[in-house]
Amino acid sequence: MNVLILTILIGLGSSVAGYLGSLTGLGGGFIIIPMLTLAFGVDIRYAIGTSLIAVIATSSGAAAAYVREGFSNIRIGMFLEIATTAGAVVGAFLALRLPTHAIAVIFGLVLMNSAYLSGRPQDESGRTQVSDRFAALLKMNGAYPTPHGPKSYGVRSVPAGFGLMAIAGVLSGLLGIGSGAVKVLAMDQAMRLPFKVSTATSNFMIGVTAAASAGIYLNKGYIDPVLTMPVVLGVLIGSMLGARHLFGAETRKLRTIFGAVIVVLAAEMIYSGLKGWIIK
Amino acid sequence: MNTAAPASMNHRMEFIIGGLLRAGVVFSGSVVFLGGLVYLSRHGLETVDYRVFQGEPEGLCHVGGIVKNALAMHGRGLIQLGLLLLIATPLARVALSLFAFAYQRDKLYVAVTLFVLGVLIYSLLCR
Repeated sequence: MNVLILTILIGLGSSVAGYLGSLTGLGGGFIIIPMLTLAFGVDIRYAIGTSLIAVIATSSGAAAAYVREGFSNIRIGMFLEIATTAGAVVGAFLALRLPTHAIAVIFGLVLMNSAYLSGRPQDESGRTQVSDRFAALLKMNGAYPTPHGPKSYGVRSVPAGFGLMAIAGVLSGLLGIGSGAVKVLAMDQAMRLPFKVSTATSNFMIGVTAAASAGIYLNKGYIDPVLTMPVVLGVLIGSMLGARHLFGAETRKLRTIFGAVIVVLAAEMIYSGLKGWIIK
Repeated sequence: MNTAAPASMNHRMEFIIGGLLRAGVVFSGSVVFLGGLVYLSRHGLETVDYRVFQGEPEGLCHVGGIVKNALAMHGRGLIQLGLLLLIATPLARVALSLFAFAYQRDKLYVAVTLFVLGVLIYSLLCR
């Protein structure tokens, strides 16, 4: 296969990944890495570098739309980015040292877990309009738009959210994913933020988290321009379309479908990782 | 008046940040696209192999080399410059937030933002 045909095929696959990734808030990385390694036989190190760049593109493109709609909470995002960026640097250095088959297996396991997390029914109970003391000190409470006007919300359990975010950062740097599922879990479940605020703020944070490890990947020669080009452009187009459909989209149904796809891909990744490990 | 000011400021900040992100993505995407056209027009019919990891040549790994390659209108150098700009977009977003928090005299968030900015710059310049 010559470069031109490969570029077109990878570009098409990436636009679908970008669309689904931004619509579900899980990020395109979840499909990009299995697509490149399983379908195109790309070494997982190139795939991770490529995916990180794609994740930045998805997040920035979609975040531009979300931020203006007023769903993102910039203070919460910035504060938690302390944890995600520091974690991402640790994750990137871990990735340079771990064997690739181990990374493939970890990737599959994380993917399974994310599918589980996103497949769970949304629980909007226990939401509060009053922040606890720590969150109030950090001026984290905010409001988001609804069809009936702005609705205010409070924030809780910042330390728990912060810890989960550090894990999200390590996973992002290690696996080249946005780890949106863990980010949403931290904000939605631990900090009790409204679901759409969690999703939008997560998207807002993903770009900064990925940039913290992408620099390291670039410096270490893990980012190939010719492979990354169609992925970035495809994902950008897909994610912009996805962001346009977020407001009022049936997120739950979509997440279920997306979750099923992810489980299959995850099983493939674990299988191929284990096979390589044993046969090698 | 005083109570309304932070809310409108936040809204303005959201608007500017949104614009910055969009501009960064569109601009870097255009550079990547241009580089892609240059590369494919010269090497489109060659074959590539990503099965074996080799790592990129020095000139495509660090800021200085990438800029030099891009200015020479090398396709791969141009793409890499676009990717570098894409990585720099969140960095610019954080830098902008720094100014916004400083303008609001929010010392706590100035410190928070400085930390995040420091990590990002370290990652981009580390060897």
